[in-house]
Amino acid sequence: MHMADALLSPAVAATMYVASGTAAAISIKRLKEDDDPQKLPTMAVASALVFAGQMINYTIPGTGSSGHMCGGMLLSALLGPEAGFLSMIVVLTIQCLFFADGGLMALGANIWNMAFYGCFVGYYLIWRPIMKSRLFAGRDPHAAQRAKIIFASIIGCIVTLQMGAFSVVLETTLSGITELPFGAFCALMQPIHLAIGLVEGLITAAVLTYVYETRPELVRDVDLSEVASARSSKSLGTIIVTLALAALVVGGVFSHFASSNPDGLEWALFGNEEGGYSSNMGLDEENFGVSSAASQTASDIQEKTSFLPDYSFAGSENPMGTTVSGIAGSVMVAAAALGICLVGRFFRKKKA
Amino acid sequence: MSQNIERSIRDLREMDALSSGNSAIHTVSAGAKLLVTVVYILTVVSFDKYRVSGLLFMIFYPAVLFAVSGIPVSTCLYKLRFVLPLALAVGIFNPILDRQPAFSIGSFTVTAGMISMLTLMMKGVFSLMASFLLVATTRIEALCGALRKIHVPSMFVTLLLLTYRYAAVLAEEANVMTQAYSLRAPGQKGIHYSAWGSFLGQLLLRSMDRAEELYSSMLLRGYHGEFYYAQGRKSSASDFLYAVLWCALFVAARCLNLTQILGSAVMR
Repeated sequence: MHMADALLSPAVAATMYVASGTAAAISIKRLKEDDDPQKLPTMAVASALVFAGQMINYTIPGTGSSGHMCGGMLLSALLGPEAGFLSMIVVLTIQCLFFADGGLMALGANIWNMAFYGCFVGYYLIWRPIMKSRLFAGRDPHAAQRAKIIFASIIGCIVTLQMGAFSVVLETTLSGITELPFGAFCALMQPIHLAIGLVEGLITAAVLTYVYETRPELVRDVDLSEVASARSSKSLGTIIVTLALAALVVGGVFSHFASSNPDGLEWALFGNEEGGYSSNMGLDEENFGVSSAASQTASDIQEKTSFLPDYSFAGSENPMGTTVSGIAGSVMVAAAALGICLVGRFFRKKKA
Repeated sequence: MSQNIERSIRDLREMDALSSGNSAIHTVSAGAKLLVTVVYILTVVSFDKYRVSGLLFMIFYPAVLFAVSGIPVSTCLYKLRFVLPLALAVGIFNPILDRQPAFSIGSFTVTAGMISMLTLMMKGVFSLMASFLLVATTRIEALCGALRKIHVPSMFVTLLLLTYRYAAVLAEEANVMTQAYSLRAPGQKGIHYSAWGSFLGQLLLRSMDRAEELYSSMLLRGYHGEFYYAQGRKSSASDFLYAVLWCALFVAARCLNLTQILGSAVMR
């Protein structure tokens, strides 16, 4: 989900920088009020862990593929949302600078999409309410806490990833980069991130339950008074297998649903001209068909326009002339750039 | 699987080694390089999606930097393998959806969509090259020092520096663990779901303990909430000149089509 610089216009990128920057400033302010100097190294190590943990592949049972973990939920469950958010920013910055995952200009947007939702939305709206709720109250308190952790991790990862994916679509569309209509882009992004979110949720749940079993004091919002009672009634394996099976069923159903309803994409491909999609731009389900009259006229218009001979770049006065000199100049620039590289290499060799 | 981690560790070390070079670009102050990189990326991305020739002029900046600093172009191109597919995935529909012909070469009609896809790819490659060059020619400490100078909160900068150092340590540890795991689980592609929690959980717990040790050792060395960044040297007139000249060139390339001007000067 890391966005590259080319996918954003400067205005959108700047807006996202401001949004993420504000969230970061508030986080820093709150952390300073906490005044816990020991937190900083813990945060550094936790973000380094997310960084390392993202490189590990986890086999998804029943499929040939593998999943990775998402950091936002895990970090905010361990460190709290503000510290988690800062740690995620650092992870994303390092990925951007040293591994070319996402661009420097798109960093603000990437932080928003991947860290903000995972940490703040994930924590305040999902993790804490679920952990404090009376969910699974009938059960043994220890098992109930664990069930809540699993439930919150999975719901949290799915919801925050959906929000992140939706933001990617929104930001790219607002930037005017892709010709793909908004609805079709959504139809591409959301289902795939539903599957990814499920897997990430399962991995996050597995890690958090492990930490809860061994060092419950590290997990946030856990009622420590209930930890000491009756150890492990149901093994972690059974819970994960149950959830994984549920995930597979859900994933299978959704992927089937997605593949049997490729409307969005087809509609994007065929109904693209002037009158074609502007009317059903906003995911209007009723006019979603491919064989509508509008798309018929659209393809007619398209057939005609593609034979118009004297179309040139917008804003150029003398189409042929400028194009030719443009090409000539381009060739020269390319040659000169290559030349600079060769000259540089020549001198370095001499020096060495 | 562990090759994946090993590659990342190697990538980190490689960048560290590149950034400690001593070319002319390496000696420019980090602040000036940071400014030029940001202005460059902003300029590149703000180009209109149909202005291929104008955008092409921007290749001069990475070309000059690669040539002067001696950073191998191949290292940078290798990193592009992640970025190009993503830009391609979004741009791939442009030729299909935007079919208005722009001009034709012989019987082959170049459409506006093809051109906008091309500029999208170029923007992706150029902006990546610029940030790669910044990191490859600037030591992380100098970069953090520059960030501190422009008043990025010290908490964030310290966190960045610590994480950067610890990322390599923990990646190493994860590598050892995956290697041990895969030796005991031959023919298995990743971590089995029964070990998902304990695998990363172990690493996490050990890291938390490590963080405590790290903090104690920082205190022992006199840490009191702020790091000191060694001032290599003061920003000089040449740093200023470096920044101003590049920025002026970028703005000129953005406002005038320098490639076109160059081309028509020759055609005349």
